[in-house]
Amino acid sequence: MVDRFDAGYQFPPIRATLELVVGVLRELFKGLRVTGRIMIGTITGSELVTTRYPQEMREKPQRFHGRHVLNRYPDGMEKCIGCELCAGACPAKCIYVRGQDNDPANPTSPGERFGFVYEINMLRCIFCGLCVEACPTEAITMTSLFEMSTTNREDAIYTRETLLMDPVGKVPHMFPEDELADLGELDTADGWLKATSPSGVAAYEGVEMWRGTPGPGNWDPEPTQDVRDSRTSEEDGDG
Amino acid sequence: MSWPEFWIVVLRVILTFGLLLVVTILNVWAERKILAKMQSRIGPSRAGPYGILQTLADGMKLFFKESITPRKVELGMYVLAPFLAVIPAFLIFMMVPWGRPFMIGDHEVTLQGADLNVGLLFILAMSSMAVYAVILAGWSSGSTYPLIGGVRATAQAISYEAAMGLAMVAVVMFSATQGDGGTLSLAEIVERQSGTWGDLSPALQPVLQFVPRWNVFPQIVAFVIFFIAIVAETNRAPFDLVEAEQEIVGGFHTEYSGIRFAMFFLAEYINIFSMSAIAATLFLGGWNGPTFDGVLPGFVSAVLPTIYFLAKTYFLVFLFFWLRATLPRLRYDQLMQLGWKRLIPGALGWLIVSTLVISFRQFGPPWS
Repeated sequence: MVDRFDAGYQFPPIRATLELVVGVLRELFKGLRVTGRIMIGTITGSELVTTRYPQEMREKPQRFHGRHVLNRYPDGMEKCIGCELCAGACPAKCIYVRGQDNDPANPTSPGERFGFVYEINMLRCIFCGLCVEACPTEAITMTSLFEMSTTNREDAIYTRETLLMDPVGKVPHMFPEDELADLGELDTADGWLKATSPSGVAAYEGVEMWRGTPGPGNWDPEPTQDVRDSRTSEEDGDG
Repeated sequence: MSWPEFWIVVLRVILTFGLLLVVTILNVWAERKILAKMQSRIGPSRAGPYGILQTLADGMKLFFKESITPRKVELGMYVLAPFLAVIPAFLIFMMVPWGRPFMIGDHEVTLQGADLNVGLLFILAMSSMAVYAVILAGWSSGSTYPLIGGVRATAQAISYEAAMGLAMVAVVMFSATQGDGGTLSLAEIVERQSGTWGDLSPALQPVLQFVPRWNVFPQIVAFVIFFIAIVAETNRAPFDLVEAEQEIVGGFHTEYSGIRFAMFFLAEYINIFSMSAIAATLFLGGWNGPTFDGVLPGFVSAVLPTIYFLAKTYFLVFLFFWLRATLPRLRYDQLMQLGWKRLIPGALGWLIVSTLVISFRQFGPPWS
């Protein structure tokens, strides 16, 4: 026993200990300097990573998947033809559509039928945007509004009245009185339509194109090849 | 005891208690705000100007929330533990002198909860008591994570209390040379740190007369060890293994909610402040500082010591926050290694060096 203790005995390694202490302190101060510098920067007004949310909102990505909206044609006709393809495409099974034949004297949509009942259960919706892709008439698109919390389950089921925009292009807000309500959010649709518009396909040149913002009005026609070429060379510089 | 003396005792206890509560509430807010600044965030900014009332709002919320009692708890211990955490936390600060004594009529008012002649021992005892709260809370919760937290608290407290006590011994021994015999009374230790080092050496007198007579200058190693130990003792980052959120949820307070959780939370922040106050008292001269008696109005001179005390304490509290924002949590074996293989031998070594120097100064070289 005694031997073992004696064999392990060394003179206290003073030099090594001092080096260790100095090394630890140096690393510690290196770390403290980083946080200290950031603190001084924050106080003297460098950029923050957070915002005071309801007062200042962050700009959302162009292709943000937010609340749905049912669009109209420029002449005020509804785009929805009640085909139920959106309901079929929905992986969460949150869309319920019932079509009805149009009144020939006073049609609601240019097609044969129109969406008579249109309900989306926002509690189940996963905001994947497959309904938008499935729609043959681009009747349903998404906006960038995401503040949709409700205090009861009934309010989370959006009906045709809430989803459909009025003939002027204004989308009804569920809670326009709410302090968080930003009505402007509803005027910016997601960028999906723009991104998948058939731009570049010769067959669509000169045809009216889909646009990113919901609402009636005149669509710009799909630019022809020479227009697109000139636009690209202006933007890129080197062509 | 005469009636005026009785009322003076009541007054100073209420003052100390009130100071501690106000300061603690501000501390919680200050930590969140400073941490936010160090992480490029805004921090609490809603309740009151700069979010200063955020703690009150949180406290109110916790007060009115349900205190859930899980089915498997040991009820007696489970209910008792939060009180065991809060009471020692309050009692520790009662020992700290936070202002210069002043006279009302012919009665002296010391700004201190109680001036015990065994003040330092009492502080050590109470800080050990506070660990019992954590252990009991962990054990009585009848749940795995709190138990792990409790066991960690046991090991951590034993390791770091030793280093803390040894660092204190060095200060007490040094302090004994500064006046008439040794003392454990905090008021006396503060008294002995008044003035400057000017009379130490006639040659360096022009420089040293501007250096305050604080224990931190001759006892810098003890100060560093003591500070590390109190960070570990209050279970703060980087030594917060007891409540490590990422590993064991909330540690010992996982099963606590409502007002009982609030008491643990309060105790932690009281401990931060009172431990910093003790460090400021032992090493940074407590309320000592230039008071400009006779130059400034009497009222200002009476308040200045308290301001010095708070400034020194807040410097250390800020260091607590700064360390939390900077350092990642230590692994368990690293914690043990630092405690047993670095801090305790370091404190013992410093104690020996300090003893040799003190005895040399007092008795001369051994061959004389």
